[in-house]
Amino acid sequence: MSPIRRVLIANRGEIAVRVIRTCRRLGIETVLAVSDADADAVPARMADRTIRIGPGGLADTYLSVEAVTAAAAAAGADAIHPGYGFLAENPRLARACEAAGIVFIGPSAEVLEAAGDKLAARAHAVAAGLPVLPGGPAEPADAGALAGRIGYPVLVKAVGGGGGRGLRVVRDAGDLEHAVAVASAEAQAAFGDPRVYLERYVSSARHVEVQLLGDGQNVIHLGDRDCSVQRRYQKLVEEAPAPLLGETLRVSMRVAAVALGLHLKYQGLGTVEFLVDTRRGAFWFLELNARIQVEHPVTEAVTGLDLVAEQIAIAEGRGLRLSQANVGVGGHAIECRVNAEDPAEGFRPSPGTVTSAVFPAGPGIRVDTHIQAGSAVPPQYDSLLAKLVISGADRAQALARLRGALARCQVGGVATTVSMLSMMVDDAEFVAGGVDAGYLGRWLERGGDGAGLERGGDGAGLERGGDGAGLERGGDGGTVAEGGGGGG
Amino acid sequence: MDLTNEDVTDILALLDSLPYDELDLQTPRFRLTLRRTPDGWTQSTDTRGAPTVVDVVPATGPGAAAAVAGASTAAAVAGAAAPAAAAAPAATPSTDPMFHRVGDNRSDVPSGRLGSGTGGSGRTGGVGGSTEVSSEATGPGADGQDAGHGATEVDASLMAVRAPLPGTFYRAPRPGAAPFVEVGSRVGADTVVGIVETMKLFNSVAAGAAGTVAEICLDNAEFTDRGATLLRIRTD
Repeated sequence: MSPIRRVLIANRGEIAVRVIRTCRRLGIETVLAVSDADADAVPARMADRTIRIGPGGLADTYLSVEAVTAAAAAAGADAIHPGYGFLAENPRLARACEAAGIVFIGPSAEVLEAAGDKLAARAHAVAAGLPVLPGGPAEPADAGALAGRIGYPVLVKAVGGGGGRGLRVVRDAGDLEHAVAVASAEAQAAFGDPRVYLERYVSSARHVEVQLLGDGQNVIHLGDRDCSVQRRYQKLVEEAPAPLLGETLRVSMRVAAVALGLHLKYQGLGTVEFLVDTRRGAFWFLELNARIQVEHPVTEAVTGLDLVAEQIAIAEGRGLRLSQANVGVGGHAIECRVNAEDPAEGFRPSPGTVTSAVFPAGPGIRVDTHIQAGSAVPPQYDSLLAKLVISGADRAQALARLRGALARCQVGGVATTVSMLSMMVDDAEFVAGGVDAGYLGRWLERGGDGAGLERGGDGAGLERGGDGAGLERGGDGGTVAEGGGGGG
Repeated sequence: MDLTNEDVTDILALLDSLPYDELDLQTPRFRLTLRRTPDGWTQSTDTRGAPTVVDVVPATGPGAAAAVAGASTAAAVAGAAAPAAAAAPAATPSTDPMFHRVGDNRSDVPSGRLGSGTGGSGRTGGVGGSTEVSSEATGPGADGQDAGHGATEVDASLMAVRAPLPGTFYRAPRPGAAPFVEVGSRVGADTVVGIVETMKLFNSVAAGAAGTVAEICLDNAEFTDRGATLLRIRTD
C-alpha cells in the first residue's frame, strides 16, 4: 500500500474537473497535462499545477504515451489518472507507468488487453459463463457459412473496435463478402488490427450496463445503468437504476457481471455492457469497458459513493473498502449530456466560444462541466460541454426535476443539444421508461415532436466515429468510445 | 475557492428561507452567482485564477514548434469565435500563417485576384454547404470585378472547395490510404475530395462541380478554418 500524493491527470474537459475535485477532497495534489489549446481552460485554472504536453494534435499530446509519461516524471507525479477516452484503456500506458514506477489508476495491462480485444473479451465472457450472441471470428472466405448459421441480419464488428465504432449491419447474404472485406480494411487502418467478427444483429434491444469495482481478489457491483438513449451508438441520456428491468433480469445481469470480474481478477473500476431483450427476458454480453465512464455520476447519485475516490483507493493498494452488503441503491438519477452540436443541422458540431453558461441549481441537481462564459470549445476535441445529473426519490421526481433543470440551462455562443433534450424528456415513450436503443433515432425521424430536428438526415455526410482519420484507438474523450453497443 | 454541488445545494437551502433572489459570491480566484427564477435557481461560475505552470520544459516541446502552433491555435479560436467572419482568414492570406502557402503556390492566377475573389465569395461561403464558386459568376457583388479582367476567363472556371466547419483536413479516407484526389484528378460534383474532422465527426467534402483538381491548398492533417479554401477545381 502506497499513498498517492501527487497525481497527473492525463485528460481534459469535464472529467479533468471531476478528478481534480476528488483529489482536492482527499488532499492529493493535482498536476494537469494540457495541450496548448487547453492551457487556460477551467480545468487548468482549477488544478494545483499544469504541465504542457505540447502544441500538436491529439496523437502528439493526449494520445501520446511518451508525452504523458514524460510529463508525469517531470512533474514528480506518483500516479496517472487517465480519465476516460484518450489513453484510459491503453495497455502501453499501463506498462509504461509500471516501468517508470508510476501508479496507473486503472486495471492491469493484461485486463486492458483482454478488454480491448473484443474477441478475447467475448471468449472471457463465455469462460465466465456469460451469455453471448451467436457469432465468431470472420474470414472473408468462410464468413458466409458463419453468417448463415447465425441468421441475417448480422453485425460485422472490428476486433480492435468497441464503443460503437467499426460496426456494420449486413441484412443480405449477397452483401456479406464485400462488407467483411471493407470492414477488415477499415479496422486495419483505424485500429491496426484487420480482424473482424460476426454477431447476430438484435434490432430492438436495450443497452444496460453493470458497474463493477474490484481489487484483484474481490469484485462487487455498484448497480446498473440504462444507456439506451443513443444516436448512432453515441449515448445522450443515461439513468440508474435501469427502469422497468424486472428483478430477475436485473439480478441475473449483476451476477453475470461480477462473475466476469472475478474471472478476470478485475482491479479497479469497470463496466460490463449488455444488450437486453426485456420481452424475452434475455441478455447478452457486449463489451467490457475498463475505465471510469462518462455516465458514472448516475451511479454515484444512487449509491452515494465517489467512484474516483474508490479508484484511487484501489490504485493505492488498499483493497476494496466496501462489501456488497455495504452498497445500497436508492432513488433514481438521470444524466443528460449537453453537447456542442446543432440538432437542427444533423447534430453538426458547433465549436466556438461560450458567451454565457447558466446552469440549474437546487436539490437533486449536479452539474459536471468545464465550461463557463469565455470558455473555448476547440474543434479538435469532443463536443461534451456539461452533464446534468438529476436525481430524485423515484424516477417521476427525477424526471420532474430534469424538466425544470433543462429549462434553466442556458449556454450561449455555441449550438447545444439542450432544447432537443428538453423536448425528448417530455416524450411519452421516454417518460414511460425502458426505451430501446432505436428509440432516439425513431423520435428524431418523427421530427422530435415537430421541431424539425434531424431535418434531411445528415446532409453534409457526417459520420460520427467513422474511420476517416482513425487516429484514436480506444479514445473518445467523452463521446465516441462511450457509445452504445451492437444493438440498433 | 471552488464549491462542490453539495456546497451549492447547502447555500441554496439557506437562501430559500431568505428574501433574496440573488447571491453573488466573489473571491480573487472564483465567482459564484446564484439567481432565483420562476422555475428555480440557476448558477453560473467563473474560475479566475491563472493556471500555475510546472516549470519544466517537456522533452517533446521545442519552443519554435510551440510558437507556430500557438499561432494556429489562436487563429482557430478567433475564427470559431466569430462565425460571421469565418471567411476572413481566407480573404487575408497574408496575415494568417496557415494560408501563406495558398497564395505562394498560386501560379495560375494573378495574385491580385486571390484576396478579392475569395473574399467576395466568402461573404456567402461556409454557411449552407461546403463548396462554392469563387468567381464573379456566382459571387454576388464580388469585389473581384475590380481585379484584372484578363484573369476573368481563367477564374471563372476555377472553383474553391471550402471547409464546411473548422477542423482537421484529411486528404485520404484513413491513414496510409491513397488520397481521395491529386492535382489533375477528374471529379464529379459528388466526388469526395477530402474529409474535415470536427469534434470527432468526419465530414466528407464533395467537389461540388464536375472538373479537374487544379490545386490542393492544405497538407494532410492540417487545421482549417471554416470557409477556408481546401482545394480548387477547374470546372468543365
